[in-house]
Amino acid sequence: MADTAITVEGVHKTYGDRTALDGLDLRVARGTVHGVLGPNGAGKTTLVRILATLLRPDAGRIQVAGHDIVTEAQAVRFRIGLLGQHAALDEELGGRQNLEMFGRLYHLGARHARVRAGELLDRFGLGDTGRKPVRAYSGGMRRRLDLAASLITEPEVLFLDEPTTGLDPRGRAEVWSAVRSLVGGGTTVLLTTQYLEEADQLADRISVVDRGRVIADGTADELKADTGGDRIDVVLRHPGQLGAAVALLPVPKEDVSADRDRRLISAPVTDRMAALSGVVRALEEAGIEAEDIALRRPTLDEVFLHLTGRDDRTKEAV
Amino acid sequence: MTTYALTDSWTMTRRELAHWARQPVQVLVALAFPVMLLMMFGYLVGGGRGVHGDYLGYLVPGMLALTMAFGLEGTMLAVTQDLNKGVIDRFRSMPMANGAVLVGRSAADMLQSALGLAVLTGVGYALGWRAHGGPGAFLAAMGLLLLFRFAMLWIGIHLALVAGKPELVQAVQILVWPVGFLSNAFALPESMPGWLGTVVGWNPMSHTATAVRDLLGGPGGEPGHAWAAIAWPLALLAVFFPLAVRRFARLSR
Ligand SMILES: Nc1ncnc2c1ncn2[C@@H]1O[C@H](COP(=O)(O)OP(=O)(O)OP(=O)(O)O)[C@@H](O)[C@H]1O
Ligand SMILES: [Mg+2]
Repeated sequence: MADTAITVEGVHKTYGDRTALDGLDLRVARGTVHGVLGPNGAGKTTLVRILATLLRPDAGRIQVAGHDIVTEAQAVRFRIGLLGQHAALDEELGGRQNLEMFGRLYHLGARHARVRAGELLDRFGLGDTGRKPVRAYSGGMRRRLDLAASLITEPEVLFLDEPTTGLDPRGRAEVWSAVRSLVGGGTTVLLTTQYLEEADQLADRISVVDRGRVIADGTADELKADTGGDRIDVVLRHPGQLGAAVALLPVPKEDVSADRDRRLISAPVTDRMAALSGVVRALEEAGIEAEDIALRRPTLDEVFLHLTGRDDRTKEAV
Repeated sequence: MTTYALTDSWTMTRRELAHWARQPVQVLVALAFPVMLLMMFGYLVGGGRGVHGDYLGYLVPGMLALTMAFGLEGTMLAVTQDLNKGVIDRFRSMPMANGAVLVGRSAADMLQSALGLAVLTGVGYALGWRAHGGPGAFLAAMGLLLLFRFAMLWIGIHLALVAGKPELVQAVQILVWPVGFLSNAFALPESMPGWLGTVVGWNPMSHTATAVRDLLGGPGGEPGHAWAAIAWPLALLAVFFPLAVRRFARLSR
């Protein structure tokens, strides 16, 4: 198993009578980025907290960087970095004070801890924050400092729990580029996200989690292919013709999605070229004007919808 | 990991000291509070029931002991706040010595208490209070007070770990007051109604205050209480120290 960085087998966790993880399995190859994608309450944070030795699973077996997280927790802690969903920083202290303190607690020694703190502050654009307490940082600065703190020892395995939630596009791009450069250095990354785009951009493989279980996994392309391959999108000139156009498509009506505001209809297709010419001809014969017709791969949103059968991704799944 | 227990504890103590440096006003207020009580009882209330003669000689040791008892609240509040902070997650995900967080807390609290004793005796001196009995007896008295504080500290940590929420701290804070005042800090037990006098006589804090009065040569001092002033805190520590450490190790896991 030398090339497996994280092994999760049949993990259960309940809080009182609420099940957070319900037999979750996961395997992450060394040096890869693994995305854990799921709606609110899917169990992402619970999984990350268990992997980072903060919580004990009720059942199941977990190895991180070759060590059991329950019986060899301390060995695991030497090899991991954690960027939790909420900032794990001393809010009263400054950025440098925080990083030096963490460096000493990783037993780097006073001088090395100081040097490392300086390097990380510069790398994350926090070199000029001086003595300002973290309490007074902006959300983006706090996230960057938190990420810096999780990288003090250049960990073998890094856990990122919704690393870009609440960041503006620039902050998001910064975190993404930091993750990419880490992977270049051989770090294994497990990141959770609700943003399908983020998983698509960063992750080599994706596990879709819902209600404490993995309901699908694979590369982004595999997941998209599983959903039923390509789709055809037609944008109409007149919204009033939406219904008529849906009836013309060579697929069952319930597989077609229609968006009146955008005058868009979308349907899965099997034979790309035959579908395209067939639709163009049918619309012409029926006198329905189209502004745009395009063939495309499904988005991860559609994958998600297909897998969970729900469209309430962003709402609490209770 | 034991090799790092000391350095990690020192790092955590430095963290508390860094907090002081950031919040000097808070530290000063904490130090000023017992001074205020001393003034209030020394001048406004004026004279304790059943105490004849040198009331200041009776009151100052009582206030020293009371300050140590009230330290329990401060410890409990600080631990509760700390446990509800995100940074605890980072500490727990790091390979640091188990319990260094608590050791840092107790080192800082003991330091603050020693400082509090120095300020309070200093103010007492300025008001005309004198310790009789020489530097050895003075240091022994301070030692007993800090031992009592150390026991209060671990009770405070344990309560914080059990209660967990800031709302519950308030309940304990309110309870600490009667326990502090149901002692001989201000008045002699003999002057109280029978049952109250008995309760007050049992209060571990009363033993510490009496032993301190004896060592400092004030009224109300009786020889023979030093053993109780040592035994009580040790007994409390024997119960609450292991409870708190175990509780912390199991925390949220
Ligand atoms: N400390 C707790 N006590 C009780 N229930 C909890 C606790 N933490 C999480 N839960 C419940 O466990 C389930 C999984 O929660 P978890 O935080 O792991 O989900 P998540 O995928 O991280 O969600 P989000 O996207 O909102 O962060 C939810 O139903 C949640 O309500
Ligand atoms: Mg979460």
